[in-house]
Amino acid sequence: MTALVIILTVVLAIVVTVQIGRLSELAAKIRGEQESEADSNKRNAYGMIVFMVLFLLLTIGSSIYYKNSILWYGPHVSASEHGSALDRTFNVTLFFTGIVFVLTQILLFWYAYKYRKQQGKKALFISHDNRLEVIWTAIPAVVMTFLVVSGLDTWNTAMADISPSEVAGKDYIEIEATGMQFAWLLRHPGKDNLLGTRNYQLIDGTNQLGQDWTDEKNLDDIMPDRIVLPVGKKVRVRITSRDVLHNFDLPHFRVKMDAVPGMPTYFVFTPTVTTEQYRKNLGELDKDGEPMYPEWHTPSDPEDPTSAPRWKEFVYELACAELCGNGHYSMRRIVEVVSQEEYDRWLAEQTPYYESSIKKADPVISEEEVITEVEMLTENDAAVTEEVDAGVRN
Amino acid sequence: MANQDNSHLEEAVLEHQAGTHDQGDHGHDDHDDHHGDKYQSNFITHYIFSQDHKIIARQFLITGMFWAVIGALMSLVFRLQLGFPEESLAWLQPVLGKWIVVNEIGMGTLDPDFYYALVTMHGTILVFFVLTAGLSGTFSNLLIPLQIGARDMASPLLNMLSYWFFFIAGAIMFASLFLSTGPFSGGWTAYPPLSALPQASSGSGAGMTLWLMSMVFFIVSVLLGGINYITTVLNMRTKGMSMWRLPLTIWAFFVTAILGLLSFPVLASASFLLMFDRNLGTSFFLSEIFIGGEALEYAGGSPILYQHLFWFLGHPEVYIIILPAMGIVSEVMSVHARKPVFGYKAMVFSIMAIGFLSFIVWAHHMFMSGVNPFISNIFVIFTLIIAVPSAVKVFNWIATLYGGSIRFYTSMLYSIGFVSMFISGGLTGIFLGNSAIDIQMHDTYFVVAHFHIVMGVAAFFGMFAGIYHWFPRMFGRFMNETLGKIHFWGTLIGAYAVFWPMHYLGLAGVPRRYYSFASFDFAGQFGMMNKFITIAAILTFAFQILFIVNFFYSIYRGRKQTTMNPYGATTLEWTAPIDAGHGNWEGDIPEVHRWAYDYGKDGEDFIAQVTPLGENETESH
Repeated sequence: MTALVIILTVVLAIVVTVQIGRLSELAAKIRGEQESEADSNKRNAYGMIVFMVLFLLLTIGSSIYYKNSILWYGPHVSASEHGSALDRTFNVTLFFTGIVFVLTQILLFWYAYKYRKQQGKKALFISHDNRLEVIWTAIPAVVMTFLVVSGLDTWNTAMADISPSEVAGKDYIEIEATGMQFAWLLRHPGKDNLLGTRNYQLIDGTNQLGQDWTDEKNLDDIMPDRIVLPVGKKVRVRITSRDVLHNFDLPHFRVKMDAVPGMPTYFVFTPTVTTEQYRKNLGELDKDGEPMYPEWHTPSDPEDPTSAPRWKEFVYELACAELCGNGHYSMRRIVEVVSQEEYDRWLAEQTPYYESSIKKADPVISEEEVITEVEMLTENDAAVTEEVDAGVRN
Repeated sequence: MANQDNSHLEEAVLEHQAGTHDQGDHGHDDHDDHHGDKYQSNFITHYIFSQDHKIIARQFLITGMFWAVIGALMSLVFRLQLGFPEESLAWLQPVLGKWIVVNEIGMGTLDPDFYYALVTMHGTILVFFVLTAGLSGTFSNLLIPLQIGARDMASPLLNMLSYWFFFIAGAIMFASLFLSTGPFSGGWTAYPPLSALPQASSGSGAGMTLWLMSMVFFIVSVLLGGINYITTVLNMRTKGMSMWRLPLTIWAFFVTAILGLLSFPVLASASFLLMFDRNLGTSFFLSEIFIGGEALEYAGGSPILYQHLFWFLGHPEVYIIILPAMGIVSEVMSVHARKPVFGYKAMVFSIMAIGFLSFIVWAHHMFMSGVNPFISNIFVIFTLIIAVPSAVKVFNWIATLYGGSIRFYTSMLYSIGFVSMFISGGLTGIFLGNSAIDIQMHDTYFVVAHFHIVMGVAAFFGMFAGIYHWFPRMFGRFMNETLGKIHFWGTLIGAYAVFWPMHYLGLAGVPRRYYSFASFDFAGQFGMMNKFITIAAILTFAFQILFIVNFFYSIYRGRKQTTMNPYGATTLEWTAPIDAGHGNWEGDIPEVHRWAYDYGKDGEDFIAQVTPLGENETESH
């Protein structure tokens, strides 16, 4: 039945179309080809102008309308250090391209209208003008040079790895995110601030990352369900993948990097706005006590008008931005940026993955042994390490 | 006058085709089927295994249109999913079968695997089958011999094979739609390991095998076509047709063919290496993978190597798509503005510059793929340099309109629309080409908006301009102008309505290729906008039905072409008879005396290329 209706509609549409076509040709014959052609020419020329005006109004108007819901303006300026430079580069580019966009669209449609065929008017014969060509080659070239230089400056700063002095001073946190179909496995280095080695051949149901338990750096590593970071501290994210390509995407921090199986990648950034502060920015009131961003004051649960306003429920999110299979759209994790004290408290509450999940499952070493081993490890005694290794192997 | 053919190569071709005026073995006044070619006397050799470039052009066009409809319908299905995720799609079950999962209460949802298959097929079909074969294949075939004054391509046989390899590629891809595991679903770029491992996705099994086979046939088709176009342009220009007298269409097709010839073999090598990884256990692209509960043996390969190989084709490919459209637009604009195209030489040099630069920018697709950030510096520089020749072209098109006497044929409307789209989409490329901004924009809807406008919609506009303009050259009849104009305005407004809002989605960080936005707060807040885009897409598609009806109706019932040169154009294709058979011209091939753009010169409306220069007249460029 539905199929019949669809077929009938299509057939009807085709018949109508053909009839419009035939009628228009017939009308043209009756009125005289030239006259109707001149009319149609005029109509389309006016169409150009009408389109131009509406098009520019709608594009510029919608840009202003969506200004606060896109990630570069209003409450959504970057929440990371390098991100502000990115936002600046974006705005500079928007400025230049915006000018060119408006000018060229106006010229294009205006000329199309102005130089429509008119009785008694002849086209000019202008084949070329080398001076004009030089001008409009040079101007874009200069603008592009400016954009390239400022863009690359931003890029190289944003992509810079940890400097040797920072490595020596241990003034950063290194965390790890591993993509798999379809989740992010997160790893925090624990007290020693060092991520242990991994071997993909060791991966199994409990050892999801293939951590090598003979490497003592692994023993204090934490596998949290969310990323928690202290504000203002440099973070180096080690990004890896277990199976196919993924992409570590933190839109609010302007962070994005592919996760490649067989080759770790890195992204270094410094979060500058705590989750708490970001929420406050979203919920901000202006001088008159009216919400600056009313859309954030609606209930977070549309079904329940008494639920907390959206701004209170805001969280930073980690997504996947490289097609990785049929669950690509669902690889969500929450990111929390907190003060240093809160971070320290959180870290103290965490249990190393080895403690919570591996040790019990591993009958080879007793609980007491491991506790003493870990105690000895923290003293960083090389000889003891060897003993532990031997113990694990036994 | 004796046969003026200026190369023995062409003579050889003529002998081979045994088909022209001085054979005298048949008249020229008999009907089409026997026109000038005794080897094309039956239905099969004329319409199916034809070696006449004009017939092959029509084959490419109609096959391209078939694929365009399939590709567009696919996009409507996944747009329904994105715009109306809560609506039941159970009514699609009779067509899509098990890919629509219907639950107890009758609610039908699109299977995520099939969603990704649709996205992948939409991209593959549109990029390769429609905008490469359908656009460049159609107009290179139709116009190269006709506009340079040749009776056919250098090798009509290779030309025929080019179409039939394309046909086979299409047939294989079409077959893959009916696999029980579904067609390939890992994105049109087919990045391994997703595309290499059947465990990773259901489409990566038999679907990917067929995808790769189809691609290899397609590459053969492009190479056969390309080598033919290049040879023809270089060797078979008629007397007086120097390179600097070629219409811009031919320059565009010529550079396009060179790009194809140099870049497609690299995709072939990537495809073969991927086949080896899939079937022979090599590790070109694979390393340290744990999937489906087991650690695989692959070691030492790099998925990034594939990306380099793919984009070494992939980037020139977007220029393979857009250059022919640029050529068509330049030509159509000049004819209907009754003015020479402004800055002919600057246009040619910018085509060459774009063609050259397109080979050294491929890694701008890979800024965030894990390549060394230092490498990106070089690719940023070259990428943004492309903006310069592109800007020159835009300014020249606008200057072509200046002082013109514009006749708003549908083809002209589409040419103006093309420039508008090219500006809008080109400018967003300046954001994406700058790696610093690309950190945020990469793989978001901003990219989707950018490339759909600049190489999807714009290339379609160029194609429409060409179809409306040269329809009489192909079928001896005109398409209906009223319907054409409705089609244009609907498509212009519709295309902007579909793709402009996607910029805002992208700027909000919404990643592309998401089956559902509901999992994320930052991506899930644009429900209204997604509904709007979907509705706009459906309406825009409805306007394309108008075009298809107009097209097929006009083939049989359109207004007849009565004069040989209906637009008052200077180029050679309008000097051949309306119903020209194989061989194009009765009698001698025309001789050329001037460039292709003498419109409005010395008070004349136009001076055809075949008109000798007057006394004291100098050539205009």
